[in-house]
Amino acid sequence: MMRLFKWAILGLVFAYLYLPILVLVSNSFNASKYGHQWMGFSLKWYAKLLQNDALMQAFVHSLTIALLAATVATLIGTLMALALYRYRFVLKGTASGLLFVVMMSPDIVLAITFLVIFIALGVQLGFWSLLIAHITFCLPFVVITVFAQFRDFDPNLLEAAQDLGAGEWRTFRWVILPLLTPAVISGWLLSFTLSLDDVIISSFVTGPDYEILPVRVFSMVKVGISPEVNVLATLLLALSLVLVTIISVLTHKRNPQS
Amino acid sequence: MNFKRLVILLTLGWLGLFVLLPHLLVVLTSLLTADTSHLAVYPFTLESYRRLWAPIYAGVFWHSLWLSGVTTLICLLLGYPFAYLVARMTPGWRNFMLFMMVVPFWTNSLIRTYAIKLILGNKGLVNSLLLATGLVERPVQLLYTEFAVIFGLVYILLPFLVLPLIASFDKLDRNLLEAAHDLGANRWQRFVHVVLPLTMPGVVAGCLIVFLPAMGMFYVSDLLGGAKNLLIGNVIKNQFLLTRDWPFGSAISVGLILIMALLLYLYYLANRRIQRKGGLHDEAL
Amino acid sequence: MTGSTILELSGISKRFDTQEILTDFNLSVGDGEFFTLLGPSGCGKTTLLRLIAGFDRPDAGQVLLNGVDITALPAERRPVNTVFQSYALFPHMTVYENVSFGLRMAGMDRAEIRERVGEALEIVRLGDLSARRPHQLSGGQKQRVAIARAVVNRPKLLLLDESLSALDLKLRQQMRIELKQLQRRLGITFIYVTHDQEEALSLSDRLLVLNNGNPQQIGTPREVYESPRNLFVARFIGEINVLDARIDEDLGDLNYRAAIQGVSKQIHADVRFEVGDRVHVLLRPEDLRIEYIEDAPSDRNGFIGRVLERNYTGQTLDSLIALDNGLQLTAHEYFNEDDPDFDYTIGQRVWVDWVPGWEHVIPAET
Repeated sequence: MMRLFKWAILGLVFAYLYLPILVLVSNSFNASKYGHQWMGFSLKWYAKLLQNDALMQAFVHSLTIALLAATVATLIGTLMALALYRYRFVLKGTASGLLFVVMMSPDIVLAITFLVIFIALGVQLGFWSLLIAHITFCLPFVVITVFAQFRDFDPNLLEAAQDLGAGEWRTFRWVILPLLTPAVISGWLLSFTLSLDDVIISSFVTGPDYEILPVRVFSMVKVGISPEVNVLATLLLALSLVLVTIISVLTHKRNPQS
Repeated sequence: MNFKRLVILLTLGWLGLFVLLPHLLVVLTSLLTADTSHLAVYPFTLESYRRLWAPIYAGVFWHSLWLSGVTTLICLLLGYPFAYLVARMTPGWRNFMLFMMVVPFWTNSLIRTYAIKLILGNKGLVNSLLLATGLVERPVQLLYTEFAVIFGLVYILLPFLVLPLIASFDKLDRNLLEAAHDLGANRWQRFVHVVLPLTMPGVVAGCLIVFLPAMGMFYVSDLLGGAKNLLIGNVIKNQFLLTRDWPFGSAISVGLILIMALLLYLYYLANRRIQRKGGLHDEAL
Repeated sequence: MTGSTILELSGISKRFDTQEILTDFNLSVGDGEFFTLLGPSGCGKTTLLRLIAGFDRPDAGQVLLNGVDITALPAERRPVNTVFQSYALFPHMTVYENVSFGLRMAGMDRAEIRERVGEALEIVRLGDLSARRPHQLSGGQKQRVAIARAVVNRPKLLLLDESLSALDLKLRQQMRIELKQLQRRLGITFIYVTHDQEEALSLSDRLLVLNNGNPQQIGTPREVYESPRNLFVARFIGEINVLDARIDEDLGDLNYRAAIQGVSKQIHADVRFEVGDRVHVLLRPEDLRIEYIEDAPSDRNGFIGRVLERNYTGQTLDSLIALDNGLQLTAHEYFNEDDPDFDYTIGQRVWVDWVPGWEHVIPAET
């Protein structure tokens, strides 16, 4: 009885999560525009997507932002985790608190705060505002992931490095960073995912000069069906799976024991 | 300027400029007067806050609350047992499950919401099945209903509730369950008296991550809900991007922040209660 | 040993939170010495080590290395190296990379590093393990890598923090010998921290006994063992019998007649006492002599007691004897295989005495 219940719940949730995905992917190959009937396998929508310059550009823009934001957020976030773990400074509690606020706030509230500061600073809405906003909302997740790994550190290791002549920077470079690698990679992946997935914040801080995926897609689907979007979704999925596989292989090669 | 100082400066600088200052500015803006060309000007006024209580907005607020509340409830009903099961799996399966939960995120949320449109629409999957099997004669109106909005919100937010909940289950000391068992508690009693109270912080955290954000997801209601199912997020968006009444939009945001603060306080209380009574392996978030 | 002072701590004070660990502490360590800081947990010995290494700063006082004030110098710039209790080997580096770390930080060139590392690994006898990683090593091997990593830098001072405590007994004893030989061979000053008094006695040239941040006694192992300055030192190092006494008569030449537990005996002290002074007469268990009542001459002046316990340890016969006045004494006598009667039964009445002059007298502590 319990086992039935167990499989039912797992099955239900997974069906719920994946049904829309499956619909998207299968419809991307469906010759029919409406997708409620299978009218044969076709790649015409893929062709159509490649011709849709505006959508392709939005796609590239979103990907670019995701890659850049993830990388910068991981860099800054790792350093922040280092500061919070290792250093003592004024306003340290405030820094933690601010990171917490970013993590817990609903996107809409964050979106407003970003909009306001960019207007106040005179930053034109476009690539830079988007990048800064994405980096900022990814930071707490990187910090938490890296900070957790710090907890597993043998504190003597850092003193040993110091004892042998390494100052702050070199201790970080040669001892801390190598040992943080798994967390750094997780942080990057998490940031990449969050950035690519974002809709609300992007809608507020982007400008007409730098169109990104959610904005373009929204205008396309608000009115009706748009098969190119299915294709896009499928491509995004495929791309991300490839990326994750590459990263997994690389990390396993580095650390055959882990 | 050595490495250490640089790192501290970076930390405080970035957070101060892009988190602290913006929040302060929003509060400031909420107290200013609306102006279509300059967005917000002096003098200071509480006008925006007064307008929060206007009937039309109150209506949207309560309706939003209702939609978010139901969403959170459904997420809990689905997510709690799911998290419980996943937490008990062997590490290999568990990581696989977690991975599978993250995969959908690689398509943008908007696109996924659009996918729901494909499913719930008059020409969509569900209706096609219903018509094909002859259960109905005409397509059932699923889109642009409360149901559709809730369906969409749960879809997007379910993983956000499940993940902290799994962490909460992880912290549960297995020995406590065995002890309870040993003392004669049956499955249900063990659940009610041990599991439930100790995972309460995780539940509250999960609700926090679902409830408030749900109110802000304007794109779900835009695509799936139509004009009659507005969320607070829609109102804020309109105020900022259409009506350009920034003070009012800011005031609503401040309202949301206050609700968030309240919920966080409840979370803190729930946690403290647990810590004082013991039962978890380490401190929570 | 060259006879010069290599390390001087003067006026050192250190507090953590509200607790004052060290107050106005002074110490001199000679160049080339094997010096040990000995004391129970929490006595401040680890704090001192950290102050010397540079991981903590003193609240007051100076640290002088070869006469140079290094108090303000950060740890990474001090010519001092530490062997940590947990070894603290870098898990992501090989043995070679671990040992060469300090040399790499100093910017030495590859060829010279290779030579020095090879030399260091030879000294600790780990030559062919340089490609291994820490998790592939045994406890004893990790210990040696930690030592090699420290000595390869040819520091002026080597600090060892309870380095042998993680090893099992046999390995510990073996490492003790190796450590002592290593120190002699390298000629580097070792400052060793431990709570194990046996270890301290066997390793050190000189040692300092610490309690609650207060120096109790400093001296050679022999001085500390045979002439403890106070009850704490006497009790902390080895076992001790304490007899309360009162000086009755000054017999000249530091000889005195004292009333000890009701028995009047002649004792010899190292310092002057006045008539009427209360003192402790200290005797190590091996200083005591036990005799059957029947065998003793009739004019025997000593203590009578009853055997409570006796233990044959292979080397010695250890007895616990209760004197008539209730005081319990411990005696260790070397087992004499030629004397078949050399054994005591529980409850047997015996004389307890000691070799004249082997007693050690200190002022009474209330």
